[in-house]
Amino acid sequence: MGNMIKVGMADLKICKAPDALTTLGLGSCIGACLYDPIAKIAGMVHYMLPDSTKIKSNQNIAKFGDTGIRELIRLMEEAGARKSRMVAKIAGGARMFAMSASVNLPGLNVGENNIEAARLNLSENGIAIIAEDVGLNYGRTIEFYAEDGSLTIKAVGKDIKVI
Amino acid sequence: MPEINLDTLTDMQFDVLKEIGNIGAGNATTALSQMINMKIDMNVPKVALVPLSDISGIIGSEEMVIVGIMLGMEGDITGTMMFLLKVDSAHRIVNLLMGTDSAPDAEFGEMEYSALGEIGNIIAGSYLSALSSLTGLKIAATVPATTIDMAGAILSVPAIEYGKIGDKVLFIETQLGEDDFLNGYIVMVPEVDSYGKILTSLGIEI
Repeated sequence: MGNMIKVGMADLKICKAPDALTTLGLGSCIGACLYDPIAKIAGMVHYMLPDSTKIKSNQNIAKFGDTGIRELIRLMEEAGARKSRMVAKIAGGARMFAMSASVNLPGLNVGENNIEAARLNLSENGIAIIAEDVGLNYGRTIEFYAEDGSLTIKAVGKDIKVI
Repeated sequence: MPEINLDTLTDMQFDVLKEIGNIGAGNATTALSQMINMKIDMNVPKVALVPLSDISGIIGSEEMVIVGIMLGMEGDITGTMMFLLKVDSAHRIVNLLMGTDSAPDAEFGEMEYSALGEIGNIIAGSYLSALSSLTGLKIAATVPATTIDMAGAILSVPAIEYGKIGDKVLFIETQLGEDDFLNGYIVMVPEVDSYGKILTSLGIEI
């Protein structure tokens, strides 16, 4: 068992086996995990917003689904991974507060928009999502292992899931 | 309306936001005191601009389970407001409010959730009333929603809104009562164009 490397909010990192990547307390954000099973290289981006082109303040690459996923692919390829071999697993995108239907605030749907952004950007890059644990209304902590590409998901009051 | 950039707030803009925090917290403490029939002391609120990467550290850690009460703001200003507290503080205040005696690690039932929502209403009402008085703008709170979950996950909600205009979140830390008795944090999250409205209505250029 190697090192458990922490990925923060609006952050992205890659690692090689036997290390692993983790991000804590995913709410409406998405943890998008990419894996090259031949090179055993893993990458994780914890992004907050779907689309950098819609926001003025967009220097932070890892904050957005489009630039974050693109940069993750690039870093992994630089380390020896090949995009054609990559697969993806995604988690997060929850709606943390169940506001009543009469309340119409844009921020409430961001989880769903983030999930859509993952599907869009991964499919544009020809990377299949082979497992996911997204949506619903609770936070998640995830661990992604470069040894075998498995994704462990922990949530308050729920059993640990491995996908 | 020119867009505010929280990364380049002037001292004067920051002081104004601090003053709103002060007055809002004062109103909230008074209202809560009356509600639970107990004198609550208030420390001077701390207002801080915290980088996204550090926000969970304000409360404890990303995985610490906390109570989050969120309310929408509507009227001349739109956005949300969130009141965050540690689970044991939440139990204490609910016990005081309901005259019950639940343990600090007990589960929260329907009545407790309801009481927490009510507390959120009072806090938000106090803050928004202060903001209204100061700015002359009309602002009201919507029905609250309460959740108990990891701090990181709950904080992702205001963090994402702030993330649209920069890489920092404005926190108002209000410590009510002594020591850890009722430690709560308020995060006001106006929508992007509402920030400008708040500051310009106070005669501050943005």
